[in-house]
Amino acid sequence: MSSLTQSSIGTLQPLHRSRFYWTIADTLVLAKRQLIRVRRIPEELVFGTIQPVMFVLLFRYVFGGAIAVSGTTYVNYLMAGIFVQTMAFGSVSTGIGLADDLQRGLVDRFRSLPMSRSAVLTGRTIADMARNLFIVTIMLIVGLLVGFRPTGSVLGWLAGLGLLLLFSFALSWVGATIGLLVRSVEAAQSAGFIWLFPLTFASSAFVPTSSMPTWLRDFSEHQPVTLVVNTVRAFVLGQPITSDGWQALVWCLALLVIFVPLAVWAYGQRTAR
Amino acid sequence: MSHEHTRPASGKPAILAEGLKKRFGETQALRGLDLVAQEGQILALLGPNGAGKTTAVRIFATLLKPDAGRAEVGGFDVVKQADQLRSQIGLTGQYAAVDEYLTGRENLEMVGRLYHLSGSVARRRADELLERFGLSDAANRTLKTYSGGMRRRLDLAASLVILPPILFLDEPTTGLDVRSRLAMWEVIGELVKGGATVLLTTQYLEEADQLADQVAVIDQGLVIARGTSDELKAQMGGERLEVTVARGSDFQAAIRALRPYSEGELQIEREQRRIIAPMPGGARLLPNVVRDLDAAKVQLDDLGLRRPTLDEVFLTLTGHAAETPEGQPAALVSQDQPKERTLA
Repeated sequence: MSSLTQSSIGTLQPLHRSRFYWTIADTLVLAKRQLIRVRRIPEELVFGTIQPVMFVLLFRYVFGGAIAVSGTTYVNYLMAGIFVQTMAFGSVSTGIGLADDLQRGLVDRFRSLPMSRSAVLTGRTIADMARNLFIVTIMLIVGLLVGFRPTGSVLGWLAGLGLLLLFSFALSWVGATIGLLVRSVEAAQSAGFIWLFPLTFASSAFVPTSSMPTWLRDFSEHQPVTLVVNTVRAFVLGQPITSDGWQALVWCLALLVIFVPLAVWAYGQRTAR
Repeated sequence: MSHEHTRPASGKPAILAEGLKKRFGETQALRGLDLVAQEGQILALLGPNGAGKTTAVRIFATLLKPDAGRAEVGGFDVVKQADQLRSQIGLTGQYAAVDEYLTGRENLEMVGRLYHLSGSVARRRADELLERFGLSDAANRTLKTYSGGMRRRLDLAASLVILPPILFLDEPTTGLDVRSRLAMWEVIGELVKGGATVLLTTQYLEEADQLADQVAVIDQGLVIARGTSDELKAQMGGERLEVTVARGSDFQAAIRALRPYSEGELQIEREQRRIIAPMPGGARLLPNVVRDLDAAKVQLDDLGLRRPTLDEVFLTLTGHAAETPEGQPAALVSQDQPKERTLA
């Protein structure tokens, strides 16, 4: 083990580039790390896919017959809800992953390096968005197999997908903030899910809000999951986009404006244990 | 062509802390810590769990901001010049901070890229480090398949990617088996020979003894003693002779025989039939001591010369036993075996 303190490589000096360049470069390095991990832990992706498939089957064949929707079949109504729920539940894994990095001391290592502050978070949220895109594609195939017949235009589909990914990205930052604040993987798991249940079920994801009592309707019709679901549903089914569209967009941007700085702040505060 | 350590601005100490304070809720982790490490020195921060060692390292590595006081590393202020400072340091924590699902090579390459080396330099440097740390065969395996010692070596390799002039090693051998620990000591010795400044935290007196130029003993957030390891040992009274007599009736005779050789008060533990006599350089005196005890017809169960344990260091320096958060004496946690030379 001769000469640990020398290197045969000419220079180990950092390259000189702009701060902006390094923000992007560091983010890509960490997104790559994340995607390698997805490949190395295929079971995580498999279970991440099985869960929404179960929801599709459950609502399509068990509850669906008892839920009345107007203007289309229930399976056509359901799929936009499934897409959005998948995005929302995906945000939990962002938080779990960060809590894990924190526990293992990886965040300490990253924070001691002369790298961009936000890259660990942005790299992960981008990689998680890519993962979610993959799962949504699988969901679409499952949907088509069980009778989903979308009638939206290609442009409508692209717009719907864009909104889904934006929502997924925004919620990932919420998940990241939770994961960094609670510290432990177990807590990130439960704290990450708990707020998503009322949000996804008291929404138009699975049932029309018109069947809910008034007090609940007031909540569900104005919360982001309903607004995103309604908009995505309109896009994929070729229905007219209502004011829900821009409200959904505003929600996504507002979540980003609040939770990106919050997560970066929490990241800067946290050390292992 | 070889790349030597880039030196921090000369004339200033490599690591400097003045009156560092840090509180976590109810716990005052640091209560005005002062510390200096000169360039090229290895400074050991010795103390039990919860003494504030890790908190201090985290402040130096810019992971935590101090509540009060100031610190400089490589001439850069840890708060105001954190960005510049980070390109001068390498940090290795208590547990291996590496990604289990990445291979050894992928981990090192990633760290190289994050130190802002070019892709090709990061790749070549990763290979070079893998070879030097004896991990070439395991380069393409994920860390899940590595042993604890291998992970720790990779973690240390990761902190050496850019050959930073200043290294923080936070309990680099805690939890390692004896062989891995000795291997790690060898590596740390190499680093210092090459001119790096190293701040090492440890619970093991022996580790500080073996490796460090300077030792700072830390307890409850304060440095309570500093000096070379020999100076500290002298301060603690050096070696001690422990005698256990076979019969309680021999006790007085044994005390009379030992008193002339003892430097300072005898410590008498009647229930264990044990007498402890401070006796620096005791090996030379030992034949005479044994002869005198024999002449006094004292029957011995045990007789041994030993150096102070970490626990006794704390007793001596603080007047209280070192407590860990779990409430155990530090010696139990640190597994610090007394060095004994027992005569049968």
